[in-house]
Amino acid sequence: MTAMILSWSVFLAQLMLALGMGCAIWRVARGPRAQDRVLALDTFYVLAAMLLLVFGIRTGSVVYFEAALVIALLGFVATAALSKFLMRGEVIE
Amino acid sequence: MTHAESLPGWAAILVSLLLLLGAGLGLVGAIGLLRLRNFYERVHAPTLGTTLGIGSILLASMLFFTVLQARPVLHEVLIGVFMVLTTPVTLMLLARAALYRDRREGSAEVPRSTTGEG
Repeated sequence: MTAMILSWSVFLAQLMLALGMGCAIWRVARGPRAQDRVLALDTFYVLAAMLLLVFGIRTGSVVYFEAALVIALLGFVATAALSKFLMRGEVIE
Repeated sequence: MTHAESLPGWAAILVSLLLLLGAGLGLVGAIGLLRLRNFYERVHAPTLGTTLGIGSILLASMLFFTVLQARPVLHEVLIGVFMVLTTPVTLMLLARAALYRDRREGSAEVPRSTTGEG
């Protein structure tokens, strides 16, 4: 019984996160400006890290945690570099 | 999910609640990203998912593996600390870049610079 509650809530959580990723992708596609797209990509990678953590709970393996950590690290660097690019027109001055 | 059969009931329910709360906050943040009107309103919405949402999913993961493996599993704290530290930095950089771009274009929607430079 409790295992069924857990598996249903894992499924619902995955569904909600996938819907959220869909919203973020829609904002990336529509814009209207570059900063909106960067913000949506930022949201997208955080939701992807959350989805990987939920996959880890679903499969009971700790490997997914490392993937989520790498996504969180690289996403921060990507957003910082992109906002630097929006401000100055180049990343490394 | 055969590995979850050995999980006690209270832990399963707590993990379920935390998962649904985290995923729901992430979804609300993403919908806010879609629905709000301009960039300066939209920049607030995703922080809901990136701090509180990922926080509660990390708590759920910590609780799940701690109870399942009968030893403290705490490495999720790493992602939590990292997210809480980096989210304000990235969004502040992004908002400053957007403000700079809007001022460069002479947009009427943003306040003028008081120091004379962009």
